[in-house]
Amino acid sequence: MSVKTKKVKEMTLDDKRVIEVALAGNPNTGKSTLFNALTGLRQKIGNWPGVTVEKKEGKKRCDGFNLIITDLPGTYSLSAYSLDEKIARSFIIEGKLDVVVQIIDASNLERNLYLTTMLRELGANVVIALNMMDLLEESSSSIDVNKLSKEMGVPVVPMIASSRIGIDDLENTIESIYQKEQKPIRITYSKEIEEVLANVQEILMSIPSIPSDFDSRWLAIQIIQNDPEILTFLKNWNVNKTIIEKLLSFGREDYEAEIIDTKYEFITNVTSKALKRGEEKLTRSDLVDKVVTHKWLGIPIFLIVMWGAFQFVFAISVPFMELIDMLFGWLAGLLVDNINIGWLGSLLGDGIVGGLGAVLIFVPPIFAMFFILSVLEDSGYLARAAFVMDKIMVKFGLHGHSFIPMLLGFGCNVPAIMSTRSLKNNKDRMITILINPFMSCGARMPVFILFAGLFFGAAAGTVIFALYILGIVVAIFTAILLRKTFFKGKSAPFIMELPPYHTPKLRSATVAMWDKGKMYLKKAGTIILIGVMFVWFLAAMPFGGVEYGGPDTWLAAVGTFFEPIFRPLGFDWRIVVALIVGFVAKELVVGALGTIVGGGGSEEGIKDAILADEGFYPLNSLSLMVFTLLYVPCAAVIGVMRKETGSWRWTIFAVVYSTVIAWLFALVVFQLGSLMNLGL
Amino acid sequence: MSNKVTKLDQLEIGDIAKVITIDVSGELRRRLMEMGLTRGTLIEVIGKAPLGDPIEYKFKGYNLSLRKEEANKVVVEH
Repeated sequence: MSVKTKKVKEMTLDDKRVIEVALAGNPNTGKSTLFNALTGLRQKIGNWPGVTVEKKEGKKRCDGFNLIITDLPGTYSLSAYSLDEKIARSFIIEGKLDVVVQIIDASNLERNLYLTTMLRELGANVVIALNMMDLLEESSSSIDVNKLSKEMGVPVVPMIASSRIGIDDLENTIESIYQKEQKPIRITYSKEIEEVLANVQEILMSIPSIPSDFDSRWLAIQIIQNDPEILTFLKNWNVNKTIIEKLLSFGREDYEAEIIDTKYEFITNVTSKALKRGEEKLTRSDLVDKVVTHKWLGIPIFLIVMWGAFQFVFAISVPFMELIDMLFGWLAGLLVDNINIGWLGSLLGDGIVGGLGAVLIFVPPIFAMFFILSVLEDSGYLARAAFVMDKIMVKFGLHGHSFIPMLLGFGCNVPAIMSTRSLKNNKDRMITILINPFMSCGARMPVFILFAGLFFGAAAGTVIFALYILGIVVAIFTAILLRKTFFKGKSAPFIMELPPYHTPKLRSATVAMWDKGKMYLKKAGTIILIGVMFVWFLAAMPFGGVEYGGPDTWLAAVGTFFEPIFRPLGFDWRIVVALIVGFVAKELVVGALGTIVGGGGSEEGIKDAILADEGFYPLNSLSLMVFTLLYVPCAAVIGVMRKETGSWRWTIFAVVYSTVIAWLFALVVFQLGSLMNLGL
Repeated sequence: MSNKVTKLDQLEIGDIAKVITIDVSGELRRRLMEMGLTRGTLIEVIGKAPLGDPIEYKFKGYNLSLRKEEANKVVVEH
């Protein structure tokens, strides 16, 4: 039993019997819906040890017993080639589970049963939760539940998880079988394979160090298929080197194909008895697909849906953001003005309350984004969006699934980077993460609006549009560069299920929003807060007498120190300070400039002060906007990058790379502008 | 079906064919087979993405998308 499950056990209040359950299943079968229906909101979300794959645990008090349920990653197989499969398989092998519940989409029985055969060969105690019975009926097909149960040798519970139908049955079934040992299923392979299996098993039997709970037939089947993890197992059991070599020499590539063929033959035999298919014709989903992926309509529909989602996120969140901004601004001012001990007022007001505000202001767009993303995913459209965009994305060294994170980046890069979890191939995912900050997030807009509005008059809109395009171009250029250097190789195959369209459920979207939003608050929130506090510290030091953010503070000293590097871009120390503050969060740039150039804190005051100041003119404001566009968006992005790439090295690479790119582009803008003597 | 042997990416929308084998080794073959593209499976072409690639197929009662590159590895009888 792992340490983690022990902790959850202590959380249970009574000492009823505890049954440990893992929830397995293919993607798109309603697995999260079932998990939520079983555990409610009492979930612990974390990561599987050492990786960024999400792990959810929950518990459920039942009549006379308690369930501890672990949600395994959704997989089609357990052959341990992908990270998700490895996690699921080793948890089943090592987790000392009582029961594995496999959720199956009843309208897609055949392919779902493939995973069942693997679970059963592994020797897990399986219960099949036969979900989406309503959709099955709609398609005029039917499943003989008793026959299915008999053929697969496991209990089968029909259910409609989204309407909570069948949940009680499932719990009672788990309780009734958890102490019974199911005999592993035995699929008979070809004569040749059976002979090889017998030979391998004979050798395995003679090795005393193999734990008794490992089924030797299962091990033999993995060995002859060249299973990538077998070597690790054998080494862990201190198996003699020559014996390992002998065992591995039985592996042959052809066996794998034959074994998969035979498993599906076994399944076809089961379904021929238990499943009665309705007349094969195009389903409603197929007809929707004809329109949604249509040659001429496909891309316009895609753009409209994306535009709608984007509008939804920002229309919903902007009023809340303004409210939070106002509330915290007011509260901070109140504290600064009314606490007589100067530094304390500043610490509480500018530092802590201001810092909290900088974290909380992101909450509305992030929650709205997770909500709409979950709606799109549940509806089935997200898979089609990737399908429609794949070819374009591949040209740029990306993948069909890279599009959504790029689009979300225009809102906020933090949730955008988190949404790259839909990319299962590590190279595709790394590239998609690393280019994301170049998609100009909403927080950069105020800087653009201020300077483009001040110095470019009627051309302001064009300037801002050109900045967005520049960001996209740099992103694409970077993607191609990374694909050709550090992440060589082809984009992952696009073997993707296009699940039937469903009406999204409000409940599951709300739960997804809450779960993921909470995670953002915890992780990114801490980092923003620390960053804000740090800037406060520099802006308030040295103690006593200095005006917060004024020319005598340490912050100003830092600005002056870095000024020489930025002089070729046309920046003096005050702009450098604003950019350093912008490192924490772009939202703070305009405010910081206000503090430094004066203007009484109001937007209009800042404008007047900048116009009257000789240190600001059209050309350096243009290079300032270019720099702001391209360098690190905020401390939260650094934090989330570290978390999602799992590597400080790549995070630091992204920070350094984007800052250098920003510096170079701003330099070109400023120097070219000066040379051409545009009169800016 | 006229019993002509071809590759999956050569079929037109609406065509139905029968899988003979996967003409590639290693991980790609395993993944395609695990998704159900095994010997004898009947497969129908549902549609293509607006830019002609990837392609949507239906078999064993569900829909799957494959790029032309991957579909080209599936030998079918049509």
